[in-house]
Amino acid sequence: MRIEEHPILTFEKKKKVEFLFDGHKVWGYEGEPIAAALHANGVRVLRRSAKLNRPRGFYCAIGNCSSCFMTVNGEPNVRTCVAKLEQGMVVETQKGKGDLSTAKIKPLSPSTSEIRKAEIAVIGGGPAGLSAAVSANQMGAKVTLLDRNSKLGGQLVKQTHKFFGSEEEYASIRGIDIANVLANKFDKKKTDIMLDAPVLGYYREDGILGAEQNNKFIKIKAKKIIIATGASERVLAFPNNDLPGIYGAGAAQTLMNEHGVVPGSNVLMVGAGNVGLIVSYQLMQAGVNVKAIIDAAPRITGYWVHASKVRRLGIPIYTSYTVKEAHGKENLERATIWRLDENWQPIKGTEIDLDVDVMCIAVGLSPLNELLWQAGCQMKYIPELGGHTTLKNEDMETSVKGIYVAGDVAGVEEATSAMVEGSLAGLCAAKSLGYDNGRFKELRQEAINHLETLRSGPISQGIRKGLEQAIIT
Amino acid sequence: MLEETGLPTPEDLAKVSPSKERLSRGPVAIIECFQRIPCDPCYAACKRGAIKEFKDINDLPEIDFELCNGCGVCVSECPGLAIFVVDQTYSKKAALVKIPYEFLPLPEKGEVVDALDRKGETASKARVVDVLKFKDKTCVISIAVPKELSMDIRNIRVWRE
Repeated sequence: MRIEEHPILTFEKKKKVEFLFDGHKVWGYEGEPIAAALHANGVRVLRRSAKLNRPRGFYCAIGNCSSCFMTVNGEPNVRTCVAKLEQGMVVETQKGKGDLSTAKIKPLSPSTSEIRKAEIAVIGGGPAGLSAAVSANQMGAKVTLLDRNSKLGGQLVKQTHKFFGSEEEYASIRGIDIANVLANKFDKKKTDIMLDAPVLGYYREDGILGAEQNNKFIKIKAKKIIIATGASERVLAFPNNDLPGIYGAGAAQTLMNEHGVVPGSNVLMVGAGNVGLIVSYQLMQAGVNVKAIIDAAPRITGYWVHASKVRRLGIPIYTSYTVKEAHGKENLERATIWRLDENWQPIKGTEIDLDVDVMCIAVGLSPLNELLWQAGCQMKYIPELGGHTTLKNEDMETSVKGIYVAGDVAGVEEATSAMVEGSLAGLCAAKSLGYDNGRFKELRQEAINHLETLRSGPISQGIRKGLEQAIIT
Repeated sequence: MLEETGLPTPEDLAKVSPSKERLSRGPVAIIECFQRIPCDPCYAACKRGAIKEFKDINDLPEIDFELCNGCGVCVSECPGLAIFVVDQTYSKKAALVKIPYEFLPLPEKGEVVDALDRKGETASKARVVDVLKFKDKTCVISIAVPKELSMDIRNIRVWRE
């Protein structure tokens, strides 16, 4: 179902196109993700698993998890959560692994020997990457900013709520608007923005980045690299957790706030952290009913003001509850939750059945760290930061000289600190190339102080503990 | 407990509520913010200096109820939607409550809507006195409610066919 009216957002009307889904003629909007168009047509099963023929839908909705693979125009393994819809497309439910021997695949144009030179390559145009590019510009450095999406902003583009923080960091401005503010701060002469350009790899031997754009393989040699690739949503283990209708909370947010399609009618939200609470509120704004929010922890880990906001809407929050099982044949039809004791063990007899067609999983994020591994950065598993991340010094530089990090990939936190980390990385990368507008010292110290203030409250206790383990002195 | 339920206890509320005497003297803002988080736009929103400057951005907001005239500018500025204005001098039986509202449909002036408490349960009916629309899409709705419920009612539900 598509959203007709929204209290915060207006969805621009795009051109209607027709396409074939398993032989049936259906319609969608040109350029929207294929999976969003199918969802609007009531189709949630996108493929069948290889061994047990189980139905599968999308999970992350932003091109990370590969749960949405379908065969499109004869090409298997197309990530339909990001692949754009075109008139006349032939979309088919994919059964098992795609057969590449018979597939119609347009190969990437062979790479030429040309290597593009860059001063600072920033990978990822979310809050951290955008801020890094802006501050590197400010020092005088030229930036090549690469993002795999068609527009800048990363996950800000779906954050319809107002941000916390202070005025310098855009407090009280909605995330969707912050992306535009940052994108207008660029020095256009000093920035080469490459959109729809996923970075495919980093080659340690010669320090070359490989990227894809317009079906071409592009090689980039940058003097400095800032990795700001963000994070991806985790999954939760319970029987039938792969049923279509069980989505990452951020995925539901992408579907409704970016593409204007609601995920379903009745939702169980799993996780009472900020993501779970905020997305519950936004589901209600989109006209979707949230039946309950549960969290395995004995207390609400998100901001209490967010919790109070959803309670006022009549949504109950059950702490010390987890999912026992999901039910349904082709789609999620029902969920059973049960209570946990002090030792996090489920208590028999406490089961509650909920009639829900959507379950959103908001149990945290993990850094999208592939490039860090490829580059040989010194990695460490730090649970407080969301999993494997890199060690870095105070200037956000990793153990590999010339490679910097910022934002969730450097430890999962939130967008405000990601922006400040990005600024810091951009300043320091530029300075290491000899650029300084005369204010480097002052701006660097400002950023460091700023991060310290942001992280000084009781809510950041875990972050502080995690960051202590990630520092290279 | 707020941290388990999302509902402030009467003790929590007592800490942020103006005195009965102050309430009897006219409109005043009530900041239902109970957790130290890095956030301070309410300070910048208040042009009367009633919300004190934050020494540490993680501090809880402090409001001087004597300086506050209940103008309600802070209501739409608070990113946590945690500020409300209560005016117990509105009429003999009714109080005026200003709430931040980000849902559709918007009520119309004069319309009777459900008034909800902090649990989202219907506590009474309310008459919509004013609907202020702001550029940033957070509306401030003024509702007339029974005076004795003015410290409980914090949301509305608008019914449409």
